[in-house]
Parts: sequence; C-alpha cells; structure tokens
Amino acid sequence: MSDEKKFAGYICTGCGIGDRLDPSQLESIATREGKMQSCKQHEMLCNSEGVQMIRDDIANDAVTHVMIAACSRRAKVEAFNFTDVALTRANLREGVIWVRPDADEHQETTQEMADDYVRMACAELRSMSKPASSGEQQLNKTIMVVGGGITGMTAAIEAAAAGYPAHIIEKSGALGGQAADYIKSIPTRSPYSEPQDTGVAAMIASIEANDLITVHLNSTVAKTAGAPGRFSVDIATESGAVVTETFGAIIQATGFNLYDPSGLMQFGYSSSPDIITNGELEKLVKASNGGPIKRPSDGKEVKAVAFVQNVGQSSTEKGQLSYHSGIGDLIAIKQAMYFKAQNGDCDTTILFNNLRTPGAAGEDFYRAGQEKMVTFSKGEVSEVVAGDSLEVKFKDLILDEETSMQADLVVLDVGMMPNSGPDPYAVPMVIDEDAEKTEEAEVKAPTVTVDSILNLDYRQGTDLPHLKNGFTDSHFICFPYETRRTGIYAAGPLRRPMDMRQAQDDAAGAAMKAIQAAENAGKGMAAHPRAGDLSFPKFRMDGCTQCKRCTVECPFGAINEDEKGYPMFNESRCRRCGTCMGACPVRVISFENYSVETVNQQIKNVEVPEEFDEKPRILVLACENDAYPALDQAAMNGVEINPWARVIPVRCLGSVSLSWITDSLNSGYDGIVLMGCAKGDDYQCHFVRGSAMAHERMGKVGDTLSSLNLEPERVVVYEVAITDVERAPKLINDMAETVEKIGLSPFKF
Amino acid sequence: MSDLNTAMTERYRSSFLKEVEANVEEGEWVKMCMQCGVCAGSCPLGNAWEHTPQKLFMMIRAGKREAVLSSDAMWMCTSCYNCIARCPRGLPITHIMHGLAHYAKRLGLSPKNQPTQQFAQIFWDNLMKKGRVNELKLGLSMYFKDGFGQGIKNAMANQKLGQNMMKAKRMSAMELFGGHSIKDTSGLQKMIKKAQEIEDAKIQGNS
Ligand code: SF4
Ligand code: SF4
Ligand code: SF4
Ligand code: SF4
Repeated sequence: MSDEKKFAGYICTGCGIGDRLDPSQLESIATREGKMQSCKQHEMLCNSEGVQMIRDDIANDAVTHVMIAACSRRAKVEAFNFTDVALTRANLREGVIWVRPDADEHQETTQEMADDYVRMACAELRSMSKPASSGEQQLNKTIMVVGGGITGMTAAIEAAAAGYPAHIIEKSGALGGQAADYIKSIPTRSPYSEPQDTGVAAMIASIEANDLITVHLNSTVAKTAGAPGRFSVDIATESGAVVTETFGAIIQATGFNLYDPSGLMQFGYSSSPDIITNGELEKLVKASNGGPIKRPSDGKEVKAVAFVQNVGQSSTEKGQLSYHSGIGDLIAIKQAMYFKAQNGDCDTTILFNNLRTPGAAGEDFYRAGQEKMVTFSKGEVSEVVAGDSLEVKFKDLILDEETSMQADLVVLDVGMMPNSGPDPYAVPMVIDEDAEKTEEAEVKAPTVTVDSILNLDYRQGTDLPHLKNGFTDSHFICFPYETRRTGIYAAGPLRRPMDMRQAQDDAAGAAMKAIQAAENAGKGMAAHPRAGDLSFPKFRMDGCTQCKRCTVECPFGAINEDEKGYPMFNESRCRRCGTCMGACPVRVISFENYSVETVNQQIKNVEVPEEFDEKPRILVLACENDAYPALDQAAMNGVEINPWARVIPVRCLGSVSLSWITDSLNSGYDGIVLMGCAKGDDYQCHFVRGSAMAHERMGKVGDTLSSLNLEPERVVVYEVAITDVERAPKLINDMAETVEKIGLSPFKF
Repeated sequence: MSDLNTAMTERYRSSFLKEVEANVEEGEWVKMCMQCGVCAGSCPLGNAWEHTPQKLFMMIRAGKREAVLSSDAMWMCTSCYNCIARCPRGLPITHIMHGLAHYAKRLGLSPKNQPTQQFAQIFWDNLMKKGRVNELKLGLSMYFKDGFGQGIKNAMANQKLGQNMMKAKRMSAMELFGGHSIKDTSGLQKMIKKAQEIEDAKIQGNS
C-alpha cells in the first residue's frame, strides 16, 4: 500500500434529499471546491448496493478517504462502517432538510446550508489521515482484583467463569472480608422471612478449587504502573517480599469501614461495653455459638435489646455522614431476629425515624420481623445512659412524648464509609512552570492520612478520584462502573453504600467491564463512550513547550510526563475526549481523525456572505454525546433551525480550542453557540471534567471579544442535555435573534 | 369484672401487646401495623376522638394499657370500613376497634358516660329481656338515661316522630306494657349465658 491519498465523495439522494436539494450542485461542490477525486450519487446509499459500491471503490480504486453526504453521523452507523479509511459525513438529512421548511421561499437558504455542509465535510476529510494503531497495544487477559471480601471474591469468580484468570490481592490473612464476621445475611430469596447463610464459606471454597484464581493473602499493592492491557503491579507481602505481575485490567473492591460513633456523646458508645455498633453485634452473636446472646459487660443473657437507627447518618452536623447507608434498617431487622431465635422471650425494639427497607426482600422482611414480635417504634433517641440497665431516652414521634426504655444491650446503626485511597484531586492540581515551585507546592500540600491502595504510578495521583464522601467518581447515569482511570473499575461499597447482594451484582458487572477493557486494550480500541475508536492523541514534540496543561487537565489521568516534562500519552488509558487537545496552548496535540485543523478547516470552508447580503453565519459547536443527538432528535420531530446555523460536532466541549473561536470571529461569523453537558457536582459530561474545563477556558473569550471590539453576546456557552430536544434548537434560533438585534459582524470580507 | 382486670394486669405485666394478642378479637394483627397513618387519615370521624386507630396501635405497643382501654376511640367507630379498605398492611382495623371496646367493657375499664357505650348496654339489656328489641322501650330508655327532666325534654323533642311512627303502625304504645317476646326467651338466655361462660373461661385460661 502506498501512502497516496485518494478522496471519494458519495451523495445520497434518498430520504427526500434528492427532492429537496440539487444533487448535481452538491456533486460539483464536492469535486471542484471540495477536491474529491470522484463523487457518486446513489438513491439509497445505505442499502447493500450503495454500501457495496463504496466498498468496491475502497478495494479496487484504493480510496483512502470517504465523504458521505447523507444522514446524520449518528444514523446508519453500521452500514457506513469502513474501518480502514478516513471517513466523514455531511449531515444533509437531520442537519438540513428536516430542519428547514419545504417551501420555495426557503429553497435558496436551504441549498446554501447543504452546500456548506458538503464543503465542510470535504475540507475536514482532507485534513484527516487514516487511523493507524499505536503499536502499544497488548492483550493481557488476567484481571487483578484488589480486596478479598464478598465483592472481590465475586469479581474473581465471575472473571474466571468467563475464562479470564484473576488474582485477588487481600490485605488480611484470609478471604471473606467483613462478611466473614456475619452470622447470616439479609435474605435474597423468597419468602424473605429468615436471615440466610452468607455464602462466604462456599465462595472461599470455590476460589480455592479454581485454577484460574490466584490469591495473595497478607498482601498489598506497592505500585501500579502502565496502562490497560499492560499494567505492571508490584505486590508486596507482609514479610517484605515483592512480586511483580502483569494485568490487563483492575477491579478495586476494597469495601467499606463502619463509622466510629465515639464522637457522638449522646449515644454513650464509649461509656459502656454494652453499647455497641451493628458491626460489633455480629461478632458478639458469633461468640455465642448459637446459644443465648450475652452482653459484653458481665455475660448476662440479653433480655431486652434496643436498636438505635440512623446514628451519625443523614446528618448536617460536622463530623457525621451526610448520607444514609440505606441498609441499616434491614440489618437491624436481621439482628433482632438473632435475639428472637437465640434468646427466647427477648424484647427487641427498633427505634427508627424513617424506616427504610429497600430491595426485593425489604417489605417482606419487615413484615417477617413484625410477625416475630420485633417492636418498631418511631422515635428519636436523645440519649443512652450507661448503667446496669441501659436507659434509652427518646421522643416517641407518633405519641408525641418524651419517654424512655430499659435495655441490656444497645446496638447503634452506624453508616458505611468507603475504604478508598486518597483523592488525587483533594488539593487542586496546579500547573507550575518550573520545578522549584513544584517542590514548594508539595511541602504546602496537607498531609494525606489515608494510605494509598493502588499506588498508581500516574501523573495525577495514586488512586481513583472521588466523587463525594470518598466514594469513587463515575458517570452515575450512563457509565456507573467506569471510574476516572481507564481499565480500573470500582465495585461494591466503594462506589456507594450497598448490601451483599448488590455488591455481588456490582462485582459481576465490574468483572464484565474489566474483561471488555482488557480486550479493547488488546485491539487498541477506546473504551466508552467512543468504544471502538482506534484513533488516539499524538503530539508534535518540537512544538511542545512542556507547559503540562495536557497532563494536568486530562480528566482521566491518562498522560504521564517524562523526565523533561514532555507528555507521555498512554493510548489505552485515553478515552479520546480531546480535552488535552483543547488545552494545548500551542496546538500540537491531534488525533488522526480529529484535530484543531479538521475543525478549523470546516470553519474556514463555510461560505460567509458579504455584509450587504444580510445572511449571517452562526457557528454551533455541539457535543457529540448530548447536544448533537438532541439536535438530531429535534430534526426528527420537525423542529425548525435557523438557516444561518452551521453545526460542527465536537467530541467534548473540553476539546474546543480557543483558536476556533478567535478564527471564526475574525473571519466574519456573527455568533457562536457552544453546547456541552452539565458540569459541577451533578455533572453529565461523558468525560467528567471536559465541560467544566471548557467553561473555564471560555472565560477568556471575553478578552478576545473586547480586543476585537465585538459584543459579548456573540459567544454563548450552554449546558445542554440529550433530552433538551426543544431547547437545543431554540438556543440556536435565539442567537439568530440576538444577531438580528445587534447587527452583523463587521469582520466579513 | 375488676377482678378480671387485676388478673390480666398480673398475667401480662410485661407486655400489653401480648395481652391484646391473646384476648382481643383480631388482636394478633396489632403488631403488623407499620404506622403509616393511612387509617388515621381515612377515618371520617377520627379527628373527633381521643385516639386514631394508628395511635391506639402504637399505644398498645408502648404498653399504655390504661389509656388504651379507657379511650373513647373504639366506641366511636361507625364501622364504615374505610380504614380496612385502605390499610396497606391489611389490618382488620374495624374489627380490632370493636374487639378493644369489648375487652375494655369486659374489664370494666370503658369510659362510664360514653354515649355509644351506654347505648350498647341499654340495647343489650333490652334485647335480653324478651329475646327481641322493644323499640319503644329502647327509645325511652335512651331518652331517660340522663335523668327524668332531660328524658321529658328528649321525648317532647321527638314527639312528632313518635306519633308518625304510631300512625304508620311502625310502633305501638302497647309495647310499653310487656311487649312481644320470642317463643323461648329463657332458652335464649341460657344459650347466651353458656356462651359467656365459655368466653370467660377462655380468657381466664389464657395464662
Ligand atoms: S484525549 Fe482525553 S483522555 Fe485522552 S489523553 Fe487527551 S485528555 Fe486524556
Ligand atoms: S499542552 Fe501542549 S505544549 Fe503543553 S505539555 Fe501538553 S503537548 Fe506540550
Ligand atoms: S393504615 Fe394500617 S398499617 Fe397504616 S397505621 Fe393504620 S393500621 Fe397501621
Ligand atoms: S371503620 Fe371505624 S375506625 Fe375505621 S375508618 Fe370507619 S369509623 Fe374510622
């Protein structure tokens, strides 16, 4: 194969395109202006004949670059899936004919829109190159699971069941985690009336018997280097020995710790050995060996036990948990049943405020508790007073009175806190121009007391980034398993509080994602949301100023730095968001099929009519994950879009280069609309930080506008969700109105 | 009756809920209430009484024996069945209300001057005499339950209604003197007595 490029254009005349537009004019634009060496029309390009025509040209005529002018790039993806060529799509259907009224007086502007989209596509295509692999990819099917509790064991068993070897790294001397201390678990099977076996012993046995699973006890992860497909991990044992293993993907299942109620004086946790947490109760019951449960202080058989719910949870107080673990009430019901089974006529009272029994078992298990004469009282506990008999003072919220009860044992329902490593972004990362400052910054940074779990050898910190309260960050709606480190998955209570059943489901999901990540890495393909994408960012070293913007701003910590401060891109750690590309002040980062140049060329090749034509041009940069699909959907619904708009999809608003804005303002565009996803705490950005980064950078656009003496209203940034089907077109149309009000840009040639 | 009360207090010292389970009709349902308050919100009369069904059930669990058994609430229930139809936990609330009323009465703890409670007693006594209800006597007993003066006032107020009923032959003044009875009044009385004995024995035996 020669390196020669061959450009071919294809225009579909189906779906009404041929009726509404002039295909021969489009064809001549593609060949004359767009410099396509050939251009063919087809009445239904996506049918097998049309697709075959393109295939044949690729095979017989050595076509390397394909421009398809038909429907949206989000439609007919399967049909137009030509992996070995550079491909672009001009959106004539959703982008033009469906958003413009079919009437003679609109014909001229509609055709102009289509002409521009063909020009843009051809120009984009000319600055693209064929995607080629990096040569970095490696297939390693072994999965590392950190943590040997219920979640970790399940993940390893599931991976092995799918034929993928797994290594469990467990800090303690045995598998089982916290669940190993439990007598029984919340029932998962109908009729949901009795606590059931935890299954821990059976899981341990099945792991021991499984050739595909290797267990490292008393071990921790001393260092994790590399990337998906080629993680190199130092596993340190207590004795000091270190073994190095390689893995394709990683699952972190390090579970949770229980909240320590010592600081909550009213519950008297430290004042009596008979006031214990729900975690400690399991151990106490275990020690009873099936006989009557005895209280710790004097070994007296418990005749009355009070469960105080929601201790230090759902609180706005400092030092307490702002969230609720969700399963504490189910645990209390389960534990009350221990007493009903082992202590005969023992009074068991659950003092709750909002009783929550989620999940399949929930309501039935609650009923079962009531049938067993567990007393449920809606009450707010104000104080637990230590003594031979403990006094629990509470406000009865139904009878609206202050009252109290006596108990031999008080069990506090404390919340689950994720056992996560330090958050890499707890202290905002600074871009420091010289090394001396770095050292100063490091000295000033507060000392992190939490030990690292993964010890990642990454530029952006040692562990998985947190969302809130130490729980791992992930795109909770669309990609719940993903973390902000590609190929490393969080599972179990590390992600959110959950019970054993949920943790097992979670682990199975994470195992499947890890397998997928390992396989993708082997093929050099991106993980979500650009799954299957072969392109990856490259940088031109001679232009790089070692400014570190890319290495600091990459939302996924994909880029490391070499000793000289040059970025080291890691293809399989990369999600292809282009945030690095948008960040680079000298514009040296690019993808084969997406770069500063591919978009710049599209911007330049829109025909900007002269001022007296009174045809403004509005540039719309729309995120391909949410805003662009919303516009497509609007088109399907027949919503009109202003004919001055030219929409360019971007991978993420984070990839938007300021130069695009400056250049388009300079070349006479009258307005610019940027559409990205929601940012902030409840972000929707598929690339987590991309949209936020873009908003930050766009803060600087004001300077550009004022230096050009242009009105600030000409550039607007919006957060648009995929459901904003009505709103997205309206935002564009609003800009058209704004332009009408403030007048055309004086920068037209 | 207060003997029975003392006996019951002794027997269920630790748990009024257990006492209710054992002795009150449908009492074993009380523990299943989840305190959602739907019954309290559904009862057309609930807010006119001392306690809603929800509150009564919570009081039973909280061991408030005195307050529950002397409450007027269960006497005020009109058996509209709204609460039963709506209770998400399927409690036969209406029946529990009547069960509680009955139990309180049996123990001699029901509120003395509570009108429905008084009416129930009058109705019962009236019925037991002849084996069927003597409406004239029943009406008059009701009028005069609060004394002679009040009785005259009540009777005068309803004079017209009474005359109309007599005209329509729905009521006969002759009933005042003896009145109809069923064929075997003493047989019925024996039957009822036996039934009461069985019930008493059951409660006594509930230790
Ligand atoms: S494309 Fe995105 S994920 Fe990849 S290196 Fe650049 S910023 Fe990081
Ligand atoms: S942002 Fe650009 S100039 Fe800065 S380090 Fe990265 S590649 Fe180099
Ligand atoms: S509706 Fe039923 S469950 Fe709800 S408070 Fe009333 S009795 Fe209890
Ligand atoms: S049946 Fe009685 S307690 Fe139930 S709603 Fe009707 S009046 Fe109220």
